[in-house]
Amino acid sequence: MKLVTAVIKPFKLEDVKNALEALGVEGLTVSEASGHGRQHGHTEVYRGAEYTVDLVPKVRVEILVSDAQADAVLDAVVSAARTGQIGDGKVWVIPVDQVTRVRTGERGEEAL
Amino acid sequence: MNLQLVGVATVSPGDTAWVLMSAALVLLMTPALALFYGGMVRAKNVLNMIMMSFLCMGLITVIWVIYGYSLTFGTDVGGGVLGGLNYLGLEGTLDAVVGPEGSQIPMLAFSVFQLTFAIITASLLSGAVADRVKFGGWVFFIGLWATFVYFPIAHWAFFFDGGNGGWIADRLHALDFAGGTAVEINSGASALALALVVGKRMGWRRDPMRPHSLPLVLLGAGLLWFGWFGFNAGSALASGQLTATVFMNTQVATATAALSWILVEKIRDGKPTTLGVASGAVAGAVAITPACGFVTPMGALVVGAAGGAICSLAVGLKYRFGYDDSLDVVGVHGVGGLVGMISIGFLATVSVNSAGADGLFYGGGAGLLGRQLIASGATLAYALIVTAILAFIVEKTVGLRTSPEHEYAGLDISEHAESAYDFTGSSAGAFAGVGHGGFGHAGGPGSGTLATPPPTEGNS
Repeated sequence: MKLVTAVIKPFKLEDVKNALEALGVEGLTVSEASGHGRQHGHTEVYRGAEYTVDLVPKVRVEILVSDAQADAVLDAVVSAARTGQIGDGKVWVIPVDQVTRVRTGERGEEAL
Repeated sequence: MNLQLVGVATVSPGDTAWVLMSAALVLLMTPALALFYGGMVRAKNVLNMIMMSFLCMGLITVIWVIYGYSLTFGTDVGGGVLGGLNYLGLEGTLDAVVGPEGSQIPMLAFSVFQLTFAIITASLLSGAVADRVKFGGWVFFIGLWATFVYFPIAHWAFFFDGGNGGWIADRLHALDFAGGTAVEINSGASALALALVVGKRMGWRRDPMRPHSLPLVLLGAGLLWFGWFGFNAGSALASGQLTATVFMNTQVATATAALSWILVEKIRDGKPTTLGVASGAVAGAVAITPACGFVTPMGALVVGAAGGAICSLAVGLKYRFGYDDSLDVVGVHGVGGLVGMISIGFLATVSVNSAGADGLFYGGGAGLLGRQLIASGATLAYALIVTAILAFIVEKTVGLRTSPEHEYAGLDISEHAESAYDFTGSSAGAFAGVGHGGFGHAGGPGSGTLATPPPTEGNS
């Protein structure tokens, strides 16, 4: 099993959710996040005073998938989240040792 | 003959109605200012910011009834420096009238109108010390400041008594229609003194201190604009030809300054901002305040354009000189008031107001400009020095500056035990139960103490 984690632009969340739904992904976890990549935030000006806002609002999407699904999910998230502009975010995949569904106690891929 | 009936008969109903209406308009400017300022501070201090203004609405009213009106508009004690004690407790004002024959209004209509000026001027000072003042210290400071700074200067600038009134208005004959000295330059200079005594906010120029709600700022600016018609046109103390000119001038200068401020921004920073358009409108209204009853609408256009552009540059002075006038009371009210007072020396014309004078551009010579500068300079110096002394006394006795812990936690929690925004209805509320009893901790809104966690919702 794999955990796919995507940090994306907030307004791309709907597109990513739709793409995952099209792939048959049943569950996901979304949280608000903030951070920056190479673009190092942006500048805002208030009454002539410049503020560098180095933490930009992002959305973090986490999806638990089977090994077989991982690549397809990764590709789907990347193509749904891409604008081609700076700050599109990152997606990464890490192995998961064990998963349990809390309600039933099912384990492994049964629990996905 | 019934004396009371004579009093009623001499009062002009139209003029009285307009002045009473104007008093209500000016009163609304204080909650408007509270929103204008409240939106500009960080979310953890917005309630305290608003509270400082509402405190003024309460405290200044009480003081005004007891002795404030008397010190400001009581019979002059000599030299035009202060009113006497003949109206203590508003004694003897109920049947009295003020104003010229034919357009007399009840003294209490005049008194309540002037009270709203005292309230907003005191409230203006809160912008200089946002985010860092103990509420108790603020209460003491405002009581002292109204007594020793506002009432005397308002007496100088607003009290006419046939040559025996305040020294600026009735003896020097400088022109100040609605409070360029007593309200604007006074608040700007006092704000500078207060900011210097209280000191900078923790993290000033290091931490981001962005406005937490620009829609609040814009709502406040819009309501200030609305209320300013009462402030300026109400200062005619009558409802007639001059009142309409003042009304139009107020609109023209406010609108022009909103444009000139964002024009400066467009050229200097690349983008026009909503904070800029709101600030420009206020700066324009400030600048036209002393001049509105003495210049033509085209003159008001010049005053507004100059006020907006000059103030948009003046708000940067605090970074050059290193004083934390947090919400730019000095840059907008102090500088805007000076622009307005000085502009009268050039642009005033008796064709607008026969009780005024001609400025340099209308062949009146430099005398008027000189009188404007004396009135402005004296107001500035007195307000700066006396406010610094009062702030110092309060700081050393009751205490004015809050502790670093409270400042970091935010004044809403530490001074008022409240939070402006409750986010526990959102999914973030699932975490809000953490940190029980945490008034001293740095949690933002929504980190209060909860007996039971709210139901979670949202994503799963």
